[in-house]
Amino acid sequence: MQSIANTMHKKPKLRLAALLAAPILWLVVAYLGALATLLVTAFFTIDSFTGNVVQSFNLGNFQDMLTDAAYKNVVLRTLGIAISVTIICTILAIPMAFYMAKIAKPKSQKILVALILTPLWASYLVKIYAWRTMLEPGNGVLDWLLGPIGFNSPGFGGPAIIIGLSYLWLPYMILPIYAGLERLPNNLLDASGDLGAHNWYTFRRVVLPLIFPSLVAGSMFTFSLSLGDYITATIIGGKLQMLGNVVYQNFSINLPFAATIATIPVTIMAIYLWMVRRTGALASL
Amino acid sequence: MIKMEVQMHNKRLFSQIAVASVAALILAGCSSSNDAASSSGVPDVPMMETLGEGEGQVNLVAWAGYVENGSTDKNVDWVTGFEKETGCKVNVKNGATSDDMVALMKTGEYDVVSASGDASLRLIYGGDVAPVNTDLISNYADIFENLKQQQWNSVDGVSYGVPHGRGANLLSYRTDIVKPAPTSWASVFDVNSPYKGKITAYDSPIYIADAALYLMATQPDLGIKYPYALDQKQFDAAIEVLKAQKPLIGEYWGDYLKHVASLKSGGTVLGTTWQVNINLAKSEGTKVEGIKPVEGSTGWSDTWMISSKAKNPNCAYMWMNHIASPAANAGVAEWFGEAPSNAKSCDLTADKNHCATFHAADDAYWEDVYYWNTPTETCLDGRTDVKCLPYAEWVKAWSSLRNS
Amino acid sequence: MDGASHRRTSEFVMTISKNARLLLASLLGVGLAFIYVPLTVVVINSFNSSRTFSWPPSELTTKWWMMALDNTGVRDALKWSIIAGLSATAIALVLGTSLAFAVSRYNFFGREVISLLVVLPISLPGVVTGIALNNAFTKQLGMSTGLLTVVIGHATFCIVVVYNNAVARLRRMGTSLQEASMDLGANGFTTFRLVTLPNMASALLAGGLLAFGLSFDEIVVTTFTAGPGIQTLPIWIYNNLFRPNQTPIVNVVAATLVFISIVPIYLSQRLSSDSSSGGRF
Repeated sequence: MQSIANTMHKKPKLRLAALLAAPILWLVVAYLGALATLLVTAFFTIDSFTGNVVQSFNLGNFQDMLTDAAYKNVVLRTLGIAISVTIICTILAIPMAFYMAKIAKPKSQKILVALILTPLWASYLVKIYAWRTMLEPGNGVLDWLLGPIGFNSPGFGGPAIIIGLSYLWLPYMILPIYAGLERLPNNLLDASGDLGAHNWYTFRRVVLPLIFPSLVAGSMFTFSLSLGDYITATIIGGKLQMLGNVVYQNFSINLPFAATIATIPVTIMAIYLWMVRRTGALASL
Repeated sequence: MIKMEVQMHNKRLFSQIAVASVAALILAGCSSSNDAASSSGVPDVPMMETLGEGEGQVNLVAWAGYVENGSTDKNVDWVTGFEKETGCKVNVKNGATSDDMVALMKTGEYDVVSASGDASLRLIYGGDVAPVNTDLISNYADIFENLKQQQWNSVDGVSYGVPHGRGANLLSYRTDIVKPAPTSWASVFDVNSPYKGKITAYDSPIYIADAALYLMATQPDLGIKYPYALDQKQFDAAIEVLKAQKPLIGEYWGDYLKHVASLKSGGTVLGTTWQVNINLAKSEGTKVEGIKPVEGSTGWSDTWMISSKAKNPNCAYMWMNHIASPAANAGVAEWFGEAPSNAKSCDLTADKNHCATFHAADDAYWEDVYYWNTPTETCLDGRTDVKCLPYAEWVKAWSSLRNS
Repeated sequence: MDGASHRRTSEFVMTISKNARLLLASLLGVGLAFIYVPLTVVVINSFNSSRTFSWPPSELTTKWWMMALDNTGVRDALKWSIIAGLSATAIALVLGTSLAFAVSRYNFFGREVISLLVVLPISLPGVVTGIALNNAFTKQLGMSTGLLTVVIGHATFCIVVVYNNAVARLRRMGTSLQEASMDLGANGFTTFRLVTLPNMASALLAGGLLAFGLSFDEIVVTTFTAGPGIQTLPIWIYNNLFRPNQTPIVNVVAATLVFISIVPIYLSQRLSSDSSSGGRF
């Protein structure tokens, strides 16, 4: 054991290889290979008779996608939803995580974390159908509870999708922030207060920068999970569709076109990650 | 300094992505490709000639509710008896949509599929299903004649499956809100409708056929003879009808729960529906009716088809025979909410009015019902002077319509 | 040690003003209400006699609960979901953590792309990931689908949950503790076991719980990676939402799961903080 440890210590490359071997093998060789096989069909077409993929390179699919305004609409809408969900989750999560990490007593902490997590077990579909009952215009729960004070449910559509998705992914934002705040030394906050900063200033200049990596970690979930989602739109989205709906509708009959549309979330995530890198949140030490 | 660092990072990132993409593309090229290119006819898939011993299990792809083994409700079971009798253990995978089912069948891991008309021809021409030797299926003789050898379940006189049941796409309306009672599909396509925003339509590209059906009555000079055979001009006209309809629509529905809940709450007061949805809404106290308008309607009849790569062909045939038997067919027709395909099932339903409600034996009723079919480039109405739009184009146009 | 942290806590509590504490507590309350009102609706709907979840319930009934008790399909589905979830989470923990280490501590070709690669499975529509995985299994690796393929499929998109949390923690943690430990004579493995891992415990726990949640709730990828005999709970629920006669039974199942999951989650919390060094340095 000690000799293995010594070898590993002396040869960093060996350590690296040991760490990387299994995940890379699966992710790159199998998953990426299969994904690439799928996405590369974006450059192919289908035989109009049999529906099978014809492997002759052409850019027709991309042309169709770029010339039809409908696809620009759905991309912008999906992007807008993903960004809104991320912002809403962040705003909701930070105060909750802060209370849980810094103010709650250790025993209450555990209970609060459990409370945040139990909704995860209630099943995506059931929760979204519950939101359907909540948002039903006229006699849904929201109108029933808040109608008397003049509040109207937004009904089904874009706002409903944003509410639904924010609801689903909130734990994915709270937990990373909570874990990040837990490691935040209390004496930093004490010191800031001692130096004369009031709470909001301390939050803005001390806490926020230190939990930024956690915010980024959480936002990756809320953003990407929203990007690929389509079930919520089907149930409470009214007439609206998201990118995932278009892919889902086309994948079986016209895989090349579905692959073309699927390159959009890939591109968006690549840009998103690039932007995150530029902010230096994930800068190496 | 930092800027240079960032620039270096970006350059490295770019080169890494480039290398990864190239590697992936090479990998993709090396991996197994899809089936060879077009053939001008139906793929030559052999048909089974004789029935042998059961293989011990059968893997089905079916709609939820088609294959019940008592685990949902003790009294709803037409599977355990089959398993005991034939020794074929039934494994069922439920598909959410026709698209899922086609994709699952293409994996080659399943033996039998209950295909809707918008999937059946895709499976046939794609070589994913084999012709069915109806001589090996004793219950086939009792199937209603007007379901056999139809365009969506047979090609050139060769049968590709066993009919499961059928239903029509009716026009639903809230009897207490929509007055006078509608008699025509015009009520959902009329741009001046007083029910704007409360109308619904079926959320699938196959709904384009409903618009085509409407045009058959309102614009006969377009020459549409069969709503699933549309050339470019006819297709464009149908899309125009749907574009004009879009502002009237509150929601498009794909699952009955959303639709019935909407009918009950009044969010939807008018639109396409199924008989089973009407029954459910009525049982909840909603004042609603479903009618077949004067122009006729589209409809559907699912077909049990056998995979061309079936690992358990004998059990597959045994299942297809069983589900078409009077008792099983009656059971599933009542549970799911459709008209049975076996004429003898009508005597066996628990609700004696079931067949009457669903018009099972009423041949005249089905005369102007255009069952879902898969549009192909070769016009399904027999025209050879023009090319019709294949289903892939329907789907693309629907995606575009839904988002424009 | 205990007395010291206690003193720190009470010292700190005085630094945050009462107003701020009140504000945060009420925001927490709003957040919890946001989370639990829909779940309350689920519970009420499980007694709702309406088969279409209509509101307000005109009549309450226990018949859905009775049906759920009799239903054998749901128990099997739950079993498969738990097995798949635990296995996938375990794999994701191992793979995600090792990837996180590799990416944050080393410099190698392709490092930048890894972040993109791990997040792809959840950012693509489930259908794309599902079909890609199915092709990977059946066409590239020649396997047939079954429970193993479900587990591997779930692990593929669960890796990112663990990876992100682990990377964020590793960035904050730095290498100083590790170096100190090794300066003091511990070898690589011991350092990892006694120094690094405990400091990552809460991040890994968070990642693990979220990964399990993601796996437990996944529908579309599972449809394509599960073999004919395997039905997980979300798929069972999806199917029941399409069965006209007994849709509300899904509310019963969801409500039950919420109630019975509180205990294991609470216990897992206690387990992790007992084993971690627990200190706020």
